Amino acid sequence: MRKEITQFRRNKVLPRLVVMIPIMLVLVMPLVTQMDIKNISVVVLDEDRSLLSTRIESHLAGSDYFRMPKSAHDYSRAVELMDQGHVDLIVSIPAHFERDMLGGHGKPISLTANAVNATKGGQGIQYATQTIISAVTEVASENGLAANSFQQPDIRIQNRYNPTGNYRHFMLPALMIIVLLLVCTFLPLLNIMTEKEHGTIEQINVTPVSRWEFILAKLIPYWILALLMIGLAMLLAWAVYGLVPAGNPLNIFLGAFLFSLCMSGFSVTIANISNTMQQAIFVLFFFVIQFMLLSGLFTPIGSMPTWAQWITYAFPPRYVINIFRSVYLKGTFLSELWFDYTMLFVLAAVFYTLATFTYKKQS
Amino acid sequence: MSTFASFVRKEFIHILRDVRTMMIVLVMPVLLMLLFGFAISTEINDIPISVVVDKYTPEVRRDLTALENNPYIMLTGVIEECKVDEVLRSGKVSAVVMIRDGERNVVLDAANSSLSVSAGSYITSILRSETAMPLSVTTYMRHNPQLKSAYNFVPGVMGLIFILICAMMTCVSVVREKEMGTMEVLLVSPIKPIYIVIAKMVPYFILSLINLATILLLSHFVLDMPVSGNLPTLLTLCVLYIILSLMLGLFVSTLAQSQVVALLICAMVMMIPIIMLSGMMFPVENLPPVLKQISYIVPARWFIEAVCKVMVEGLPIAGILKEIIILCVMTIALFIGSIKKFNDRLE
Repeated sequence: MRKEITQFRRNKVLPRLVVMIPIMLVLVMPLVTQMDIKNISVVVLDEDRSLLSTRIESHLAGSDYFRMPKSAHDYSRAVELMDQGHVDLIVSIPAHFERDMLGGHGKPISLTANAVNATKGGQGIQYATQTIISAVTEVASENGLAANSFQQPDIRIQNRYNPTGNYRHFMLPALMIIVLLLVCTFLPLLNIMTEKEHGTIEQINVTPVSRWEFILAKLIPYWILALLMIGLAMLLAWAVYGLVPAGNPLNIFLGAFLFSLCMSGFSVTIANISNTMQQAIFVLFFFVIQFMLLSGLFTPIGSMPTWAQWITYAFPPRYVINIFRSVYLKGTFLSELWFDYTMLFVLAAVFYTLATFTYKKQS
Repeated sequence: MSTFASFVRKEFIHILRDVRTMMIVLVMPVLLMLLFGFAISTEINDIPISVVVDKYTPEVRRDLTALENNPYIMLTGVIEECKVDEVLRSGKVSAVVMIRDGERNVVLDAANSSLSVSAGSYITSILRSETAMPLSVTTYMRHNPQLKSAYNFVPGVMGLIFILICAMMTCVSVVREKEMGTMEVLLVSPIKPIYIVIAKMVPYFILSLINLATILLLSHFVLDMPVSGNLPTLLTLCVLYIILSLMLGLFVSTLAQSQVVALLICAMVMMIPIIMLSGMMFPVENLPPVLKQISYIVPARWFIEAVCKVMVEGLPIAGILKEIIILCVMTIALFIGSIKKFNDRLE
C-alpha cells in the first residue's frame, strides 16, 4: 500500500489533476447549469396599435426574460430573422385585438417559437403567455372591467426545500458525484493497466499476496482520496455558494464511501478483462458516459421510457445522486433512504465478487 | 509516395491486429446512440403528486378528475395532511395539492427547481382551466411542432461521441511509439513528419467514416431525425468534424508523456467541458461571459449548432458558413500544432 501512495506522489500530472477536477467542477460548472432561459430574442408584430397592444409590448420589453434586438414589419420578414437565428420568438397581435378582446371574442394572439431546442421553445412560449396575460389583466382592470371574467381563482404556490428556486443548489451535489465518478473509475483502471503493460503485475503475481489483498491495497488509497475530494468539494460549496447539507453530513460521507467502493470495484473488473490500456479506457468510457447521462444527473429519470428506467436500477450513481440531493436539500434521514444505501451496498458486493473472480494470477 | 503508402499499411496492420479494440470502437457508438436517443429526454411527464382533501364537494371532485386525466401528472393518491412533509422529503411525490375550505395550495418539492417550476405551472393551469380563459393565444412551434427534445439531443450526442471516440483512438498513436521506443526508428526514417502524422490518421479516419455512416443512418431511420437540409452539406460538416477530432487526439498524443496521461486527458478531462459547455445540456446563451468565451473553443459547440441548422431547420451551406470556417481554422491550427510538436522531438 505504501508503494501505491509513493507512486501516486511521484507522478506529476495526477496530483494536479486530483486537485484541479473538484475545483473546476464545483467552482465553475455550477455557473453553467442554468436551466431557465433568459435573453430570449422576441419580435412583436403589432397590427392592432392600441393601448392594449402597446402595453403587451412594453411588458415584454420590461421582462428579464426577453429582449428585442430586431424589429420586423411583417410575418415573413420575422420568420426570415428566425431562420437566421436572430429571433427566437414571434408575437403577432392581430388587428382590432383590443376591441375584439374587450368584446369577448375575436382572433387570438399568435406566438411562434423556434423549437429546435424544445426546452427553450417551450419556456419562451410559457413566459410570453404569462406576460401577455398579466398585461391584459392590467388593462382590463384599468378599464373597470375587473369583472369575474378576468379574476383567476386564487392558487397559492409554496416552494419547499429550495425556496429561492436555485437550480445551482440542485446541481452542486450532482457535480460532486461526477468528481467521485471520474476519480474512482479512471484512476484505478489506469493504475492497473500500467502495471499490466509494464509487466510489473507479474512480479506481484508471484508474491504470496492473495487476490483480495492485492485489490484492496490497490484501491484503499483511492477511497481515501475520494473522501478527501468530497470533503474539499463540500467545503468549496459552502464557501462559494453557501450550500450546507440540510441533513447529517455523515450520511453523505457514507453514501460517498459506498459509491467509491462500487465504482472502484467496477473499474478493476474492467481492467481485469482488458488486454490493452486503450481497450480498457474505451470500455470504461462506454459505461461512464452512460452513468453520467442516464442516472438522473442532468435529466430526470422519471421522464425516460420504462425499459430505460429499469436499466438505471443497475447504475450505482442513480442511488448516490438521490442520497446526495435528498440529504443536502431536504435533510432526509438515513432511515428514509435505506433502499438507496442497501442497493449501493449490494452493487459494491457484486462488483467485488466480479473483480476477484476475473483477476487471475496466471496469465 | 511509396514510403507513405507502406507507412499507412503499417498503421492499418496495427489496428487490424487488435480485433477486440476495433470491434469496441465500431459497436460502441451504435449502442450509445441508440441508448441515449431513446432514453434521454428533457421533456417532463408523469410528475408524481398527492392530494390533501378535507371534504369532497363537487368542485373538489372536478379538480381531482382534472388532475387524474392530465397526461403530465400522475396522481398517486389522497393523503393525510400530517404526511405532507414525509412524502415530499422521501421523494415519493414532487408536489402536493392541498384543497381545504375551497382554498387551493400547491406545495412543491423545489429541490429540483426547474422541474418544480414546470410542475407548478402544469398544476395551476389544470386547476384554472375550468374557469374559461378570457384570453386566447395560439402557439406555433416552428421546426419542431411536437416539441421533441431529441431534435436538440441527437446532434448533441453525435457531437459528443464523435469527438471523444476519435480523439481517444488517435491519442495513443504517437505516445505509444514513444513508450515502446520505436519513436527513434520513426524519426531516423527518411519520411517527413507531416507524412507520419497523416499516415497515422488515415486508418482511423476510415474507421470513423464507418461510424459516421452507421450513426447517421440510425439517427434518421431509428430515431426519426429529419434531414431537412441537403445531405452533401451534412456529410461535409461531419467529415470536417471527424478530421478535427482526430487531429485533436494526435495533438494530445504529441504533447503527452505517457499513454496514461494521453488517455486521461481525452477521456476524462475533455468529457466534462464537452457535456457542459457545448449547448447539449445547458443553453450556451446564458453562460457568464468568461465561460462563454471558453465555450467558443469547444469544437462540439459549433458542430452541434451547425448540425441542428442543417438537419432540423434545413438551412443551405451558406447558413452554416460561420461554423464551417471556425471548425476549419481549428483543424488547421491543431494540424500545425501537432507537426510542430512532432518536429521538436528531433532535437
